[in-house]
Amino acid sequence: MASITLNKVFKRYGSGKTANLVIHGVSAQIADGEFVVVVGPSGCGKSTLLRMVAGLEEITGGEISIGNRVVNDLEPSERDIAMVFQNYALYPHMNVFDNMAYGLKIAKVPMDEIKARVDKAAKILEIGAFMQRKPRELSGGQRQRVAMGRAIVRQPQVFLFDEPLSNLDAKLRAHTRLEIQKLHRELGITSLFVTHDQVEAMTLAQRMIVMNAGVMEQFGTPEEVYNRPASTFVATFIGSPPMNLLKNAPEARPGTILGVRPEHLAITSEGWALCVDALETLGAERLVYGRWLHGAGDELVIIRTDEGQPVPELGSTIHVTPRADRLHWFDATTGKRQ
Amino acid sequence: MEKRVRFKSSWLPWLLIAPQMAIVLVFFFWPAAQALRQSVMSQDPFGNNSEFVGLENFERLFADASYLESFKTTAFFSVLVAVCGLSIALLLAVMANRVLRGAGVYKTLLIWPYAVAPVVAGVLWLFMFASPMGVIAYWLRMLGLDWNHLLNSRHAMALIVVAAVWKQISYNFLFFLAGLQSIPKSLIEAAAIDGASPWRRFWTIVFPLLSPTTFFLLVINVVYSFFDTFGIVDATTKGGPGKETSILVYKVYYDGFKAMDMAGSAAQSVVLMCIVIALTVIQFRFVEKKVQY
Repeated sequence: MASITLNKVFKRYGSGKTANLVIHGVSAQIADGEFVVVVGPSGCGKSTLLRMVAGLEEITGGEISIGNRVVNDLEPSERDIAMVFQNYALYPHMNVFDNMAYGLKIAKVPMDEIKARVDKAAKILEIGAFMQRKPRELSGGQRQRVAMGRAIVRQPQVFLFDEPLSNLDAKLRAHTRLEIQKLHRELGITSLFVTHDQVEAMTLAQRMIVMNAGVMEQFGTPEEVYNRPASTFVATFIGSPPMNLLKNAPEARPGTILGVRPEHLAITSEGWALCVDALETLGAERLVYGRWLHGAGDELVIIRTDEGQPVPELGSTIHVTPRADRLHWFDATTGKRQ
Repeated sequence: MEKRVRFKSSWLPWLLIAPQMAIVLVFFFWPAAQALRQSVMSQDPFGNNSEFVGLENFERLFADASYLESFKTTAFFSVLVAVCGLSIALLLAVMANRVLRGAGVYKTLLIWPYAVAPVVAGVLWLFMFASPMGVIAYWLRMLGLDWNHLLNSRHAMALIVVAAVWKQISYNFLFFLAGLQSIPKSLIEAAAIDGASPWRRFWTIVFPLLSPTTFFLLVINVVYSFFDTFGIVDATTKGGPGKETSILVYKVYYDGFKAMDMAGSAAQSVVLMCIVIALTVIQFRFVEKKVQY
C-alpha cells in the first residue's frame, strides 16, 4: 500500500524547436488506498501521465513518488505497480495460468505460493474454469478479467488502469465497473484509473483529476467536480447534456459567463423568456432547446424536464427560472470559476 | 457483393490464364518431365542414342559414396547458412527496431545485399578472401591464420557460407523486422512491469511470438541453401578443394555438364525435386496455418 505524489510533473517530447510539451506541471497527492480517476478528452495527456507513473515514459521534469520513494529513475519493475492495459496485453502464447504467473515466476516466488495466489485471484474474478486456455480462446470480457487477475496476483502497492473498459460493450462495461468497485473495496489498493468516459469517472472515482491539454483543470470528488466545476472546461466536460454557459443571460455581467446545468432550469410562468427551438425526448426526461427572445446574441439554452411535464410547442415562448443556489460564474477570458 | 468475377463464356478464363500457363509448362513442367525421363534412361555421351534402364541410375547413385558425401556436405552447409543467416538477421532486426534516428537509411543499407546476384556475391567475397592480396585474407594472416580456401576445405566451406549468408541476411532481416513490428508494444511493456529483464523479455515473449516468422524463414533458408547457392559455389570454389564444397546442386551440374553423365545428373535432379516438394509441403502445411502459439 502506498500513496502517490506528483510534484510539478512535466512531459516534453522532442527538444529544441520541435519540442512538444504534453504535460504542463501536474501536482497531485493521492492518498493510500484511494481510487483516483484521471479523465479528459483524447490527447489531453492522461495516458502519458499514467505511463509516467508506471515508468513506461520518462519524466521530463518534476517528481513522482510512490510511498515516499521518488521513482523518477526506477525501472517499471522496481516501482511495485501493476498495470491493466487498454488492449489487455496478454501474452498470446501462454495460457491464462502462465499469463498470471509470469511476473511471480520472474520474482522467484515458490511454485506452490504462485499456485495459491493465482487460484485465489481466479476465484475472485471467476476465471477458474479456463486457466488452461490461450487468450485468443477467450471473449473480450474474459480477457479483461485475466488482465485484472495478472495485476492482482502481483499484490502491488499501486494499480494502474489504462482505459481497461473501452473495449467492452456497454452492458459488460457497466457490469465490470461495479466489479472494479467491489474489488477495490476488498483489496484497498491505491488505484489510478485513466478514462475518457465521464460516466466511468463519476461512478468509480473517490476523487477525480480532470485534465485538458496537459493541464490539470480540477482535482476533487465527483460531487465537487459536478457541483463546483473549477473552469468552463470541467463544467462542459462533466455532465450530459453539458452545462449551459451563457454570456447573454439577463443577469449576465460583462466579462463573465453564467453557468447553469440543464437540470437546474425549470419552466415557470415568469423568468427568462425563450423561444422553443427543438425538443428531444430521452425516455425518462426531455430536453428543451430554447433561444433568447431579448435578441442579445444567438445562444442555445438547454433545459432538462421530466417526461411528466407538459410538452412545450415548437416556436412557442416559454419562461424559465434557474435555481438561485446552482448558478456558476466563470471569468470570460480565463474560463476559471469566480 | 459478389467478389468473384463471373465469366459468361467458358473459354475466356482459360484464354486469360494461358500466357501464365504456357510459361509454367514450357519452363517448369517440360524440363521437369525431361529430367524424369532422362533419369530412367541411359544415354551415350554424345546423346545419339539412349535406352530405358528403369531405376538403375538411382541404384548407381545411392551406391556412390561421393553422392552420399555430397548429401552430408549439403546438410552441413545448409544448417550453417540457416543458423548463421537467421541469428545474424534477427540480431540486426532487433537492433534496427530500436533505432530511432536514421532508421530508414539503416534499413535500406541492410536490404541492399539482396539485390546482388549470387555470382556477384560469390566473386565479391572471393576477392576479399583471395589468398595473397584479399583484404580479409590479409587481416587473417596478420592474426596468424594462413587463409587458403583453395587447399583447406574448411576455409572453402567458410567462404561459401559467408557469401551465402551475407546475401540472405537482407531477406531474413526484412521478415524479422516486420515480425518484430507486429508484436504489440504493450506486451513488452507488460513484461517490463512484470519484472522481466530485456534479455528475458526477448526469450520469453518476443522470440516465441516470432516463431511463425522464424519457421517460415527456416524453410526458405534451407531451400535457398539447397538450390540458390549454385552461383556462389561456382564463382568461388567450384566445389573444391576436391569435392569438399560440392553441394547437391553443384554436383548435378558438374556430373551432367563436366563429367557428361547425363543420366546420373538427371537422377540427382529428380532427388532434388523430391526434396523441394517435401519442403514445399512442409511450408504449406505448417506456415500457411501458422505455427501455433
